[in-house]
Parts: sequence; C-alpha cells; structure tokens
Amino acid sequence: MKRHMTAALLSGTALFAASGAQAVEIEYWQYIYETRVTAMDQLIEMFEEQNPDITVEQVTFPYSDYQTRVIAANMAGNGPDVLQLFYGWTDNFVNGGVLQPLSKEAFPDEMIEETFFPIVSAMERNGDYYGLPTAVRSLALFYNKALFEEAGIGGPPETLDELVETGAALAKKDDAGNYTQVGLTVEMGGQDHHWWREVLVRQFGGAPYNDDYTEVTYNDEAGVAATEWYTDLDKEHGIGTPGFMDEGQAAFRAGRAAMTIDGTFRLGSFSSIEDFEWGVAELPANADGLQSNYASYFANGIGAGAEGEELEAAEKFLKFITSPEAMQVWLEVVGELPASPEAALTEENLADPIYGPFLKGLEYAHTTTFYDEAAQRQVIMDMTNRIFLEDQPVAESVAEAAEEEQDIIDDYQ
Amino acid sequence: MATTDTHPPDDQPAAPRLSMRVRRALWVWGFLALPVLFYSVIRFYPTLDAFRLSFTEWNLMRPPKFIGLENYREMFADEDFWQVFRNTFAYLIMGTPISLVVSFTIAYFLDKVRFAHNFLRALYFLPFLTTASAMAWVWRWFYQPAPTGIINSVLSQMGMGQMDFLRSTTWALPSIMVTAIWAGLGFQIIIFMAGLRAIPTTYYEAARIDGVGDWAILRKITLPLLKPTTVFLVVFSSIGFLRIFDQVYNMTNNDPGGPLNSTKPLVLMIYQTAFSSFQMGAAAAQTVVLFTILLIVSLLQLWVLRER
Repeated sequence: MKRHMTAALLSGTALFAASGAQAVEIEYWQYIYETRVTAMDQLIEMFEEQNPDITVEQVTFPYSDYQTRVIAANMAGNGPDVLQLFYGWTDNFVNGGVLQPLSKEAFPDEMIEETFFPIVSAMERNGDYYGLPTAVRSLALFYNKALFEEAGIGGPPETLDELVETGAALAKKDDAGNYTQVGLTVEMGGQDHHWWREVLVRQFGGAPYNDDYTEVTYNDEAGVAATEWYTDLDKEHGIGTPGFMDEGQAAFRAGRAAMTIDGTFRLGSFSSIEDFEWGVAELPANADGLQSNYASYFANGIGAGAEGEELEAAEKFLKFITSPEAMQVWLEVVGELPASPEAALTEENLADPIYGPFLKGLEYAHTTTFYDEAAQRQVIMDMTNRIFLEDQPVAESVAEAAEEEQDIIDDYQ
Repeated sequence: MATTDTHPPDDQPAAPRLSMRVRRALWVWGFLALPVLFYSVIRFYPTLDAFRLSFTEWNLMRPPKFIGLENYREMFADEDFWQVFRNTFAYLIMGTPISLVVSFTIAYFLDKVRFAHNFLRALYFLPFLTTASAMAWVWRWFYQPAPTGIINSVLSQMGMGQMDFLRSTTWALPSIMVTAIWAGLGFQIIIFMAGLRAIPTTYYEAARIDGVGDWAILRKITLPLLKPTTVFLVVFSSIGFLRIFDQVYNMTNNDPGGPLNSTKPLVLMIYQTAFSSFQMGAAAAQTVVLFTILLIVSLLQLWVLRER
C-alpha cells in the first residue's frame, strides 16, 4: 500500500515536472492605469500566440503602493519575472537587488544604443543595462481651441512672452476678482515642476543640476529669474492661480483653463473630452529660440529571482514588449510615444497634430535623475508656495529650496 | 452546570478529572488563544520591533544597520518635525474640546426633543457611517475656490472675496479639523445620549421638587453623573485626533499635508517617511514618538479625570 502510494506520488511529480517544462509561466508586474493594463493585456495575447509554451500573468497594484509591493515581494523571494519601473527608481532597485542586469547575449549594448532614444542611458549602471522602455513621455502645451477662437487668438503661443500675452488675454475674473477661467494652469504639483526644472531654468540661462545630477545648481540668477517669471503668472499677470478647480487637468477638462502643460500620459484621459476641441503645441521657446523639454519613461526590467526557463521566457517577453510592434500598440492604446526613433519618428507620427509636438520635444529633452522624486517635487512646490502664500522674496525661497534638495540628494549618495 | 444538576450525584472521587475551575480556565484560554496569538503576531511584535528598528537605518532592501540614536537626533533637529508636532497637538487641543462641547450640547437637547427624535438621531449619526475618504473628498470640493466650491461660490455671488480654505497656511488646518469633528460627532452624540439615559430620573424628580433650576441640575446632577462617559469620550477622541490621517491625506493629496506642511500630522509624516522615502528606521523613530505621546496623553487624562 505504502509502496503504491510512493509510486503514484513519484509519477505525479514526474508528470508535473514534465508539463512544467512545456509550459512556463511568468509574472509581469505593473501599476494600475486603465489604458496601460489594457495595452499589456493585448500584448500578452499577441505574445502567447507566438509563444504557445509561455503563459504570462499580469499582476497589477495601485500606483501608491506599487514600489512597496515590489520591494516586499523581493524580500520574500517571490518577486516578478518581468516588471515595470520608473527610470528614477533604478538606483534603488539595482542596489536593493530587485533587478538583474540584462544579459549581453540577449541584449547586446550596441543593439540597445542603436534601437532606443539616448535617454535609455538612464537605465545603465556600471556598464550593464537594467531595463528597456516600451514608451517614453514628454511634455507639451495643451490648448482649448474653442476658447482661443472665442477670444480671436489665432494659434498657440510660441515664445514665453507670447504665452504671457495670450494667457492674460484668456483669463477671466468675476466682479469680486475671482478667477472664473484661467489662461494657463499654474500648478507645481502637476507637471510644472518638471517644466520649471528642465525647461524654464535653462531658458533663463541656467542649469538645474550639474551633469550627473548630484549637485543642485539652480540657486543663481537664472533660477531666480525663472521662478520669478513663473510666480508672476499669478502675482503680476493674473493668468492663473494654484489650486484653481483643485487640479490643472480638471480645470482644462471642464473648459475653464485655456492652456495647460501636461504629458503624453494625459492624452488618454483628455481624449474623452467632448465639449470642445483641443490642440497640442510644443512648449514655448525663450526669446532666443531656445527650446527644452522633460522626458521620462517607465522601463521594463527582469526580476532578480528569474532563472533557468523562466529567465529565458522573461527575456523573450522583454524583447517582445520593447519591439516596434509593441511600441505601436502602446502608442495607440496608451498614447505614449515609442521609445525607439525608428518607430517614433515616422513621417506619419511627426505629421500627427497631436503626437508631432511631443515627438519634436523628445529631440531636445532632458531627463532628470531623481533620488526621491516625491520629496524633490515637494521642495519645488514649497518653494513657490512660500512665494505665493507667505510673500517670501523669490531669491530667498530659491536658495532655501536648493539647500533642501541638495540635502535629499546627499542622503542618497 | 445545568447537566451536573440533572445527573444523580456521583460519590466516586474523580481523581483524574480536572476540577470545574481548571476546566473552565482551559476553555477560556482555549478561546482566547486565537486572538492572543493573532494580536501577538500582528500587533505586539511589530510594536516592539518598531523600537528596535528606530535605532537602525533600513530602506527595506538592504539589511537594517544599527546607528544608535542617529534617527532621533536627526528628527529632533528637523524643523519640519516640530511643525508636524505642533500640528498634531493643534488637532488635539482644538479638536477634542470643541467636538465634546458640540456633541454634548446636541445630545443634551436632542434628549429633550420628542418630535422626530429617531430621525434626527439617525441624521447626526449618518456621517459616522460614511467612509472617511469619501467625506474628505466632498469637503475638499466644498472648500474649492469659485466656481467649483459651493461655499466660495455663495461668497462670490454675494460679491465678497473668497476664503482660501485649503490654500492658506492659516486656515487649512482648522478647515480640515472641522470635517474631522463633524465626522466623529454622530458617535459621540450617541454615547452621550446613552450616558444621559443612564442617569436615574429620580434624581431629577427630587431636584425639581426642591425647586432647583435647569442650570443647577445640569451642573450638579447631569455633568457629575456623566463623568464616566465623558472620560471615555475624551480619551477616545484624543486618540482619534492624535492619529488623524484620512481627512488630511485625502483633502491635500496633491500636496500631502500642505500647503507648506501646515496641515501635516505625525501619522502622515510617518507614512511619507516609510512608504515614499523608504526610510524605515526614521519612520520607526517617529512612530515611537507618536506612541509615547499617545501613552502620556491617555495616562494624563485618566489621571486628571480619575474618580476622587
């Protein structure tokens, strides 16, 4: 009896092992954002059709605790095989042993450098790449065509001076002096802190950080001028005010903001606007024609725990989701730009009235290296809040912000 | 017990059988074992472990490194910490007395109302049943500038300037506190009413016969006899205000605890340190401070309001 049972158990195990060799199951993790999850579902379906022996399970978590889940699962030894990560988390994830370097056989350096936009270099540590993006994001100026027409303004502003002029013409206030419509949303908590860092500071002749982003360098005339220009949008020109309709994107959706600066990722949610037509333009240049932009991306990396067949399957899957084919799906479903120039800079895409301006922005974009993005964003928000709410002199506030941000960066060195 | 009664008494000494007392103790502990185990593992152990972690530097990814009192030293030298510390006490010192006075007043008069009594009571209790975050979002929109916010829209239509409720470093904290008071009011009213009902009516009758006025009855009979209820509510609501989080986080989540940290309570700071900056050691140190405050405040209140 006992022997029979052992035999049965053994053969069961053998069977199990045999079927395991045929069908590998890997896990893909990302955070919950409706269009991203839908796009990934489509990609998984396509991939499984091409690779019938591999099953991919998509696991998602709310953005707010995504990082914690990844880290906790990694500690417990059951992390994902392939995972999505913000480029700014790379340091933490590499040092913490969440990711493994991409193998040079499957992903040769020359192939990576040839295929992707140069900003992929943010995924490289000590000669190894730790992830590849499917899509990249950049900023642009969204404008409400109906409001522009109503005010008799021909097109979106091309320079900062025009932005101020147009914005002032489009802002409306009631008899008590309250905004009922803003010309441009003023919201550091949204994308404006990126605009300020990588675009405005540079356009006023400065640089936000040194080359490897370890030193804050905006505490100078240029930084102060950029900040003054930004806070004057409210204080001096009455173009918009922080907190109007709670969030800039809400105000724009409601048709009460003529312009807002936002990223590619907003395209999906703005596409459901039915009350008015909107357009997209490149971020305004300064008087000398200098343009800049902020580009960022979520990359896909391979979890440290993947090995053997799973690693092989994970590499296959990573290759697939970073292929031009996948990039096109991502562009259509999520609205994010393809991460390779070949797939992105097609004539069709460049001529697209919506993708065009974002793509042109990519050519001159900068990618900030963040150490603690939430905390660094808070520093810039507080910097303008001190000016808006407490009337602190601009230079003083910028100096205080620079010091705080340097402390955050130093903590991670 | 009932079964032993129905059986004829047994003269045989039941040597190996356990006495009633022991058996009952075994039963009790048998049932208690589960919650005790549960609490030890998910409550007491992490609580104690937080003390240990507060002496380490730990980002969840590398093993914790012992650094002695460094976390505490940094925390006490941090201006933001003291701002948050003051905010936490502002919630407590304003929130607890105001909520108790308001809820007692409502309970006191509601107790006298016969017309639509149950309906009114349900109405006051309703906010307590609602999810804190949902309520916080409704209030967040109430407080918006015109044209979104209802309060400011009314002000604006009357030609008055707007109130910068949540955009003001002065008014944001009181604005949030009001919603927290309102949310907890229903519970406190119900408890106060139960306390009022528990006071024997004979005292009131005797006082009326002696010709004592309403005010004197309130002061000499109602309030003293309500003391156990009051003590419970003071402690309960103090703890609630000391660990306020939902309202603040949901009403300011674009700038958590802002503007300029003016609304940030200790719990939100702990949350950010732990789950946004991943500095678990520093977060544990902040937790130890919160724990100590809660302990001291609770003991102090029990001592002040003790039975003499």
